[in-house]
Amino acid sequence: MTFWLLLTVNSITFGGLLFLLAAGFSLIFGLMRIPNLTHGSLFMLGAYFGATFAGGMLAITFNFWIAVLMATILVAIFGTVIERFLLRQLPGQQMAQVLVTLGISFIVADFCLMVWGGDPVRVDTPESLTGFIRYGPLVFPHYRLAVIVIAAVATVALWLLLDRTRLGAMIRAGVDDPDMARVVGIRVSQLFTIVFALGAGLAAFAGIIGAPILSVYPGLDQDMLPLALVVVILGGSGSLLGSFVGSIIIGFIYNFGQALLPELSYFVLFLPMLVVLIVRPQGLFGRFVP
Amino acid sequence: MSRRFIVFVAGFVALVTLPYWMPGVYYLNVSSQILYYAVFALGLNILAGYGGLVSLGHAGLFGIAAYAIGYMLQAGYGHPVAILTALVGGMASMALYAVLSLRATGIGFIMITLALGQIIWGLAYRWISITGGDNGINLHGRPHPFGFAINSPVAFYYTTLVVFLLALASVAVFVRSPLGAALMGTRDQPRRMTALGYHVWAIRFWACMFSGLLTAISGVLFVYYTQFISPQALDLTASAEVLLMVISGGAGTLFGPIVGAALVIVVKSVVSGFIERWNMLLGAIFVVIVILMPEGLVPGTTRLWRLARRKAGARASRKTELEAASKAEAKP
Repeated sequence: MTFWLLLTVNSITFGGLLFLLAAGFSLIFGLMRIPNLTHGSLFMLGAYFGATFAGGMLAITFNFWIAVLMATILVAIFGTVIERFLLRQLPGQQMAQVLVTLGISFIVADFCLMVWGGDPVRVDTPESLTGFIRYGPLVFPHYRLAVIVIAAVATVALWLLLDRTRLGAMIRAGVDDPDMARVVGIRVSQLFTIVFALGAGLAAFAGIIGAPILSVYPGLDQDMLPLALVVVILGGSGSLLGSFVGSIIIGFIYNFGQALLPELSYFVLFLPMLVVLIVRPQGLFGRFVP
Repeated sequence: MSRRFIVFVAGFVALVTLPYWMPGVYYLNVSSQILYYAVFALGLNILAGYGGLVSLGHAGLFGIAAYAIGYMLQAGYGHPVAILTALVGGMASMALYAVLSLRATGIGFIMITLALGQIIWGLAYRWISITGGDNGINLHGRPHPFGFAINSPVAFYYTTLVVFLLALASVAVFVRSPLGAALMGTRDQPRRMTALGYHVWAIRFWACMFSGLLTAISGVLFVYYTQFISPQALDLTASAEVLLMVISGGAGTLFGPIVGAALVIVVKSVVSGFIERWNMLLGAIFVVIVILMPEGLVPGTTRLWRLARRKAGARASRKTELEAASKAEAKP
């Protein structure tokens, strides 16, 4: 019983992180129809930046939350630069988009290796959250519970942004029918920049929030990108609800798979995605078939 | 046409005589690597270039062929059985890939193939009882096709060269065949092709099978070259690298993937000896290619070459005009 409950908490924590990562991927994919293969790199970059600011690698050691904010903003700016100067030049050219996003992910991976070396970088949990909650035989680290709360708050905030604001309405219009959105006077290309920056920032945010749990290491980008992809295919692209449900499902499958079927853990991870593709190609809550 | 023929003959002669002018065994081995990766890239180009179906999971097929060799040899079978199993296994996996991923095109196809490639990688990495996990499988010895030992680098190079030339010829024939033309039709105008009565799905399926065959062949060459197979050979980076070979060289051209394979392998194995940050260099090369010649190196260079020649031609004709005019002025 203890085992199952712990596994459940871990699954929800991981699902929350995945949601932060995948929501941006899904929005970028839904709106711009770009497979953003740098998304894992943005996650890793955010984690490394945060580790640098919070871990005393610079002259000043920042408070963890300030480090989170700085890393998020930095990566969001990086995302804006990628969108403005590279992806903007390549509308509808899928091959070129794949080539350039993969090229950037190679550069980022090697940059991280150059700056932070090959050893994993540990990020300490913020001091205020180092404790545990004991509940009978169960021990829950505060930080893991905090991640769940943070992910939940971010989910609600994103939902409010997309569902209740003018910007959100414009983004949804752009996802559903970009041409019609242009006709009614929405500057879709401006939305591209905003959404890309938002997605990049969210990925970086997930990276640094997850860093105390996952630690930061070379290859983190390659580990996270396929997960984001599976979530988006499972949940459906361009749908926030889809990303949310997909993330939680994958969070559970990932953790339970690792614990129960270690030999086939990756196989069971990708299996539900295949089933969804066959039965419902647009994903569980998708707005269109990619 | 004649100039193209001369270039082709020159390239052929250079490849055949390569062991005689290449300085050192190391560079000969790099050449073998380029050739079998070129076969891989040619195979992927069938789909990504001529079919418009960009696959990011081809390293999985490559890996299945390589693992099949390793597993069968370990189980005590001979080389012919192992190679046959590898080819059949690669093709069968490709058929499965095709059935699942041809439900989509465009980005959907990319994502499904990527996920399939990751499944195979995950199995290779974690199904330790079959694949040896991270330790991989070691091979002992290369086969003796027709009683001809291919253990030396030179012999292996020639074997790879023969396979490469056969693959190149088969792709050239395929592209000119009705099936190749139909495939390009489904890439450019799928709805019109359907309206014309073509079975778009079947055309794409058979293109997939051809691509899978070439991929499996290159996987076999790879595993006999390195004598070792581990999950690293089929991870996402490997799939990305071969796709980048195709796109950077020029998708949908016959020679583009070969140039791309040479570029990537040279940077990976030769330049990496001089520059520690070769991965960054490779990434930067890709970004620069996208900015300067988004259609790829081979078509891009051809375009620039034609442009330069037309400019030079225009300048030359203007020059002769001016000369003629000055002569005409000087005469009276």
